[in-house]
Amino acid sequence: MKFNVLVEVRLHPGIADPQGATIERSLPTLGYEHISDVSVGKAIRFVCDADSEETVRKGVEDLCHRFLTNPVIEDATISISAA
Amino acid sequence: MSTRVGVVLFPGSNCEQDALEAVTLLGGDAEVLWHGDATVGQVDAVIVPGGFAYGDYLRPGAIARFSPVMQAIAAFAADGGPVVGICNGFQVLTEAGLLPGALQKNRGLKFLCTTVDLRVESTRSVLTSETSVGDVLRVPINHFEGNFTCSVDTLAELRDQDRIVLRYVRNPNGSMDDIAGITNEGRNVVGLMPHPERACNALLGSEDGVPLLRSLLKAA
Repeated sequence: MKFNVLVEVRLHPGIADPQGATIERSLPTLGYEHISDVSVGKAIRFVCDADSEETVRKGVEDLCHRFLTNPVIEDATISISAA
Repeated sequence: MSTRVGVVLFPGSNCEQDALEAVTLLGGDAEVLWHGDATVGQVDAVIVPGGFAYGDYLRPGAIARFSPVMQAIAAFAADGGPVVGICNGFQVLTEAGLLPGALQKNRGLKFLCTTVDLRVESTRSVLTSETSVGDVLRVPINHFEGNFTCSVDTLAELRDQDRIVLRYVRNPNGSMDDIAGITNEGRNVVGLMPHPERACNALLGSEDGVPLLRSLLKAA
């Protein structure tokens, strides 16, 4: 079975996010006064061939820990759907 | 016999020639270590130079750490071999787990290209043994992701074990505790964001990188 996988990488809470802060500071000049807590991360999409969603999740968690994130400063949320 | 120093060449490295030149200037025998070779040959010390290894894709150092040469460098370091990572090389060593912490984007989101004052905080490392605590060295920096960060526990460990070897006199990038360079528990692996190899000739503005690289050659 093929599964669509979306990995969203974000900085840990408390790690400075200068990109998010810079975007947030620019918003009032465009008239967006009520937006806060802007953060910038990465979205990584791929297709995974496996027997079950559980197998995919296990493999992708390992992949995130070893490669797609730096656990010192980042964590990830994983979304899986049937392709 | 002169000391053999291997300088790693990844696709995207751009400071390897400066490092080779500096080692040669100090009387060492400098050679290139190709990223695709799973060996460090017969070298006595390794420099992981600056640049943008593998384009810095995903994160600086994230892909470089899996290259064949890095497995050999990890084994070399585990045997006590001296290894210094400069700038992107520091990022590679943290990603490879040879040094703790991580380098995130500079505070202020500016790419920094300037010369800074560094204060020697510890002489107990392969890069600082020929200096004195309190020495202030003028060394160039050239980075976007040089803002050192780590967990509170790791920071306490670095401080308690005297493993912060260099601090910025005036913090340019937001690094935790003004950290410019750290060493591992064995004191044979050092990572720093500034470029000592670019400060080895008075004509180029500073010779303050010389005692640092001389320390490395002596440790080899």
